[in-house]
Amino acid sequence: MKLSLGLRAGLVSVLLLALVLAVWHLATLTSSPAVPAAAATLTPEQVEYARLMGKDPAASGATSPVQKAGFPTLGQMGAVVLKNLSDPFFDNGPNDKGIGVQLAYSLGRVGLGYLLAALVAIPLGFVIGMSPLLQRALDPFIQVLKPISPLAWMPLALYTIKDSAISGIFVIFICSIWPMLLNTAFGVASVRREWLNVARTLEVTRMRTAFEVILPAAAPTILTGMRISMGIAWLVIVAAEMLVGGTGIGYFVWNEWNNLSLPNVIFAILMIGVVGMLLDLLFARLQRAVTYVD
Amino acid sequence: MSTEFLKVEGLGKRFPGAAEPVFDGVNFDIAEGEFVCIIGHSGCGKTTILNVLAGLESATTGHVFMDRREVAGPGLERGVVFQGHALMPWLTVRGNIGFAVRSRWPDWSRSRVDEHVEKYVALVGLSGAIDKRPSALSGGMKQRVGIARAFAIQPRMLLLDEPFGALDALTRGTIQDELLRICAQTHQTVFMITHDVDEAILLADRILLMSNGPQARVAEIVNNTMPRDRQRATLHHDPQYYRIRNHLVDFLVARSKDLSHGRAPAQPLHVSPGLDPEPAPEPSPQGTVVPLRHVA
Repeated sequence: MKLSLGLRAGLVSVLLLALVLAVWHLATLTSSPAVPAAAATLTPEQVEYARLMGKDPAASGATSPVQKAGFPTLGQMGAVVLKNLSDPFFDNGPNDKGIGVQLAYSLGRVGLGYLLAALVAIPLGFVIGMSPLLQRALDPFIQVLKPISPLAWMPLALYTIKDSAISGIFVIFICSIWPMLLNTAFGVASVRREWLNVARTLEVTRMRTAFEVILPAAAPTILTGMRISMGIAWLVIVAAEMLVGGTGIGYFVWNEWNNLSLPNVIFAILMIGVVGMLLDLLFARLQRAVTYVD
Repeated sequence: MSTEFLKVEGLGKRFPGAAEPVFDGVNFDIAEGEFVCIIGHSGCGKTTILNVLAGLESATTGHVFMDRREVAGPGLERGVVFQGHALMPWLTVRGNIGFAVRSRWPDWSRSRVDEHVEKYVALVGLSGAIDKRPSALSGGMKQRVGIARAFAIQPRMLLLDEPFGALDALTRGTIQDELLRICAQTHQTVFMITHDVDEAILLADRILLMSNGPQARVAEIVNNTMPRDRQRATLHHDPQYYRIRNHLVDFLVARSKDLSHGRAPAQPLHVSPGLDPEPAPEPSPQGTVVPLRHVA
């Protein structure tokens, strides 16, 4: 029996995942040395020190060897994933929030910065696309500003805005504006002459031409720009939150690194990937909705 | 019937950087309700003339008057059927024609626009495809939608830029019949570019012959002396058909290139092949002349 391509691809994916997990399992098995039989080998001073640090060597040594510093085994990783996902929205104060809360903070920042960027980039791109003069006049500025790493703006933003939360949003704004601006301008400039001529012979007003001819004609190109922008914004938010601190998935990764909790770091990395994928899927769907076959 | 519904005076166009104008001294006029075809070799500026009539391009010299008013820009009283149909691919047939209808009558209600659209879609026989997008239509169907869109705004004059150029002979024939029928019904004034001599004889009341560019001109205006109720099926049984056809082919093959560089008269000659006093070349007996294009 011949299986469909999709099914076969799915099987290979599952096999690859199993392979990766097996390698992970074997690697952590051999590298995890027998944990020193906790309490027995420690001097009383060491036991007291451990207690002061919030760890009870008597308790932990007996049950499961807590191996925070090392690379987690599959079992430990699974436990962390389950624990994080079982209660994603708890909030126990500044450094102890659920993964859902952290992601919501990040998505909020990305959403706000991105929305502001779209509000500036799409109308501006329209104007640039319709006016060859402005296109040429603004080109040098865009070419210089576009390649700047968004994080390079951070000190300037912190100094001028004097607010770390808004600075984070500004960084998202500045990084997502360029693909949207350039794609909108390109899409608008390359609307077919004959469609515009149809509108002209029908004495359609400029506003109506913009909304009923140019916008739908350029929509696939604009959506492509929006999709690229969203991808970049989601990349940048992690780095920005590591710098700004306080809340968000980027800060969570950094905080767990400081806690030397690699399982949490790995879990956060996976979540960043999953959310990024979902965002991309959303835009792919929007893109399909506006694409036309010529 | 006024003979000067549309008047073209001394029209000329020189593109920037070109030494000679593509055409100059183009003079002709069109009466109301008349169907006029213009034939000429590529590069003589036919499309430019049509665009000037449409108001989409401006001429370097000369004027176009419609109803004694100068044509200064595009307008709803002149409908255009574009060479490449120019339908908007994100809209359905209904949407495309509706867009034009709403531009013509902005105050109309939705249902009234819809009713009007359906009427014109039925006129070109596409009622079954009204909610399809252009990508789902064949070339001939797309061009029909383009024609319906132009007719739907009820323009005083229709401008057609080689509307059937990209169609196969069979499809072309059916749409020609349709166009002929619709024009007879609506008494539409039409200016049409074509490359096809048979098409011109079938459709046009008068045929404008353009000399080659540069400095092309309308050298001759050929009156179609065949009865107006001519039909594609019986056209080639009329001996008059071959007289006109031979005259047109002679002009295009032999004389048009000698008349380039402004050697054509500025005021075109009016000729009626077969009926003029000067002896026209004796037409070959019916049946031995093989038409350039067999019409089904």
